[in-house]
Amino acid sequence: MFDSFLALLKRDLLLALRRRSDIFTVLFFFIIVVSIFPLGISFEKAVLQKIAPGVVWVAALLASTLALERIFANDYADGTLEQMLLTPQPLSVLVFAKTLAHWLLTGLPLVLIAPLAGLQYHLSASTIGTLMLVLLIGTPILSMIGAIGAALTLGLRGGGILVSLLVLPLYIPVLVYGSGAIEAAMQGDVSLQPYYLLLLAFLLLALVFTPLATAASLRISVE
Amino acid sequence: MAINWFKYSSPSSFYPLAGKMIPVFMTLAIVLIMGGLYWGFFETPDVLSDQKQYYRIIYVHVASAWMAMWLYVVMVAWAVLGLIFNTRMSYMMASATAITGAIMTALSLWTGAFWGQTSWGTWWDWDPRMTSQLILLFLYIGYIALQSAIEDNRRSDRASAVLAMVGLAIVPVIYYSINCPDPNECASLHQESSLKRVESNILIAMLVVTAGFWMYCFAVILMRVRNIILQRESHTQWVERLEVKK
Amino acid sequence: MTLSVNQLQCSRGDICLFEGLTFELSAGQLIWLEGKNGSGKTTLLRSLCGLFLPDAGTIKWKGELTRSSEDTFYKDLFYLGHQNALKLDLNPVENLQVLSRLAGESVSEEQADEALSRFGLSGYEETPVRKLSQGQQRRVALSRLLLSKASLLILDEPFVALDAAAVELLQSVIVTQVEQGGMAILTTHQALPIPEEKLIRVSLDRYV
Repeated sequence: MFDSFLALLKRDLLLALRRRSDIFTVLFFFIIVVSIFPLGISFEKAVLQKIAPGVVWVAALLASTLALERIFANDYADGTLEQMLLTPQPLSVLVFAKTLAHWLLTGLPLVLIAPLAGLQYHLSASTIGTLMLVLLIGTPILSMIGAIGAALTLGLRGGGILVSLLVLPLYIPVLVYGSGAIEAAMQGDVSLQPYYLLLLAFLLLALVFTPLATAASLRISVE
Repeated sequence: MAINWFKYSSPSSFYPLAGKMIPVFMTLAIVLIMGGLYWGFFETPDVLSDQKQYYRIIYVHVASAWMAMWLYVVMVAWAVLGLIFNTRMSYMMASATAITGAIMTALSLWTGAFWGQTSWGTWWDWDPRMTSQLILLFLYIGYIALQSAIEDNRRSDRASAVLAMVGLAIVPVIYYSINCPDPNECASLHQESSLKRVESNILIAMLVVTAGFWMYCFAVILMRVRNIILQRESHTQWVERLEVKK
Repeated sequence: MTLSVNQLQCSRGDICLFEGLTFELSAGQLIWLEGKNGSGKTTLLRSLCGLFLPDAGTIKWKGELTRSSEDTFYKDLFYLGHQNALKLDLNPVENLQVLSRLAGESVSEEQADEALSRFGLSGYEETPVRKLSQGQQRRVALSRLLLSKASLLILDEPFVALDAAAVELLQSVIVTQVEQGGMAILTTHQALPIPEEKLIRVSLDRYV
């Protein structure tokens, strides 16, 4: 079982390395969205600091939904997904491998590029640290919830737009506490621990339940 | 006497049954809503705390807001039944419920905006209850959108059922996060219900109207489900016989 | 070791494809599935695999419902549909290795090379599948047959896109598998060189 998990994870990473452009589109989308807000709102330092948490998170949410369609679409189109359904391995384990690969390729780069956004918005070093940490905990949740939406909309016309419609409302808790933590970090005198604990709790719940829901959705969609 | 519930899980036997139930629910709905509104308009004080006559929108507003939430649960219940027993009728009920639920949610937001404008001087406020209601509307829309995007009925039924279940599982977390965006200050998460302070006459009128809304929703859902049955079963013999009779 | 199908009914959309389909397949036998276009051959194969949920009826493998004992069933099952399940950016060897890993088996590079060369693909081991022709891609997919330990083969139109030599090779691979006690179910327009007593013909046109 673990062998299959690793093999699938390695395969997805290898495929992404052979088509590198896919990784960068998501990353640049994030950077562009983050950079475009000041143009539309204001260049004032105080205003930028005020909107930074929300802007970074909304950009991360949008970038994540943008990338979702690709999780299963290729495997569905070339028949690999069928073969995955027909293995003795539990489907949820394979789904988890794919989601993890997807996060490594689309979520992790956002975490790593986040300091750049922090500089654009005049955030302090410690706030940038918090920003990276909450993105690190939060973006896997986005990938995992999003995978359910991607599985449900598999192969549909206009699936990309539809999937945002389905999953964006479900992202709200991560958005609220993710940006809340950054705001609290900027105030300085508030304890951040409750935010981290809540986000970690969401992460654990997502780890346990979303692979099962995604697997069930895939079975329905492949039929 | 044991009733064979599964008998009514087949569209051909449910269709006439629903046809018989609709007038009953509709009559009850009209009687209850008219009675409740009469009570609410003429047998209650003219002011509610500091609000004048305009508070009476409460009868429609609260009833529709409650219906919006309950119908979501009803919808998920039908969807789960469908997934467990693989009965087509349950899925049809779920999708009929979704549309009525979405309309109720929109109605509560709409009446809420009017009420807000007169009492607070604003059409919209990001107060937790209103925000939750808005998110609920988004969840309904997601469900309906997914269902209408999938052409194959079987897949659309089952896929939207899974979506509804996932939605219901996450709803408590969403409500929590909206009610308590700052976990450092959530000692008193439990909002005090404003119902206790309300005069009993107003409360009675409100509950009667709500009961009327329930009946109305039953009736409308059954009407809608009859349409869905006809659409999906249009190729079957019993539907053809139905046409011949007319 | 038998696959038994009882009173199976499947529909696509609102149309019932077939009903009351009953047959049994034992070790050393082959089912040749026939039927007009749109008679539900692919749907039948997919529902045998558990990819499609039938409206009614049971499918049992070794006496147990396949739905409730997926693990044992999928260990014994090899399915190849219309799609080749190959990743265009990987080379044939990588593709074979990943697919066998997913199935819980491990295949060395030498074994993969050997299977590929039997299907006439020596020299293409390092070429990305994207650059192979349709027929060559199909052969890569089929060479998994030689690596699999599965005893039940379910093949949907396996001969499509193959040239005469490859057709002959595939025929002999399938027949050998069946004669060694395996089983196969396939849809094809190609006759198979197999003794009459081992061949079961199932025609879907009779079950509408």
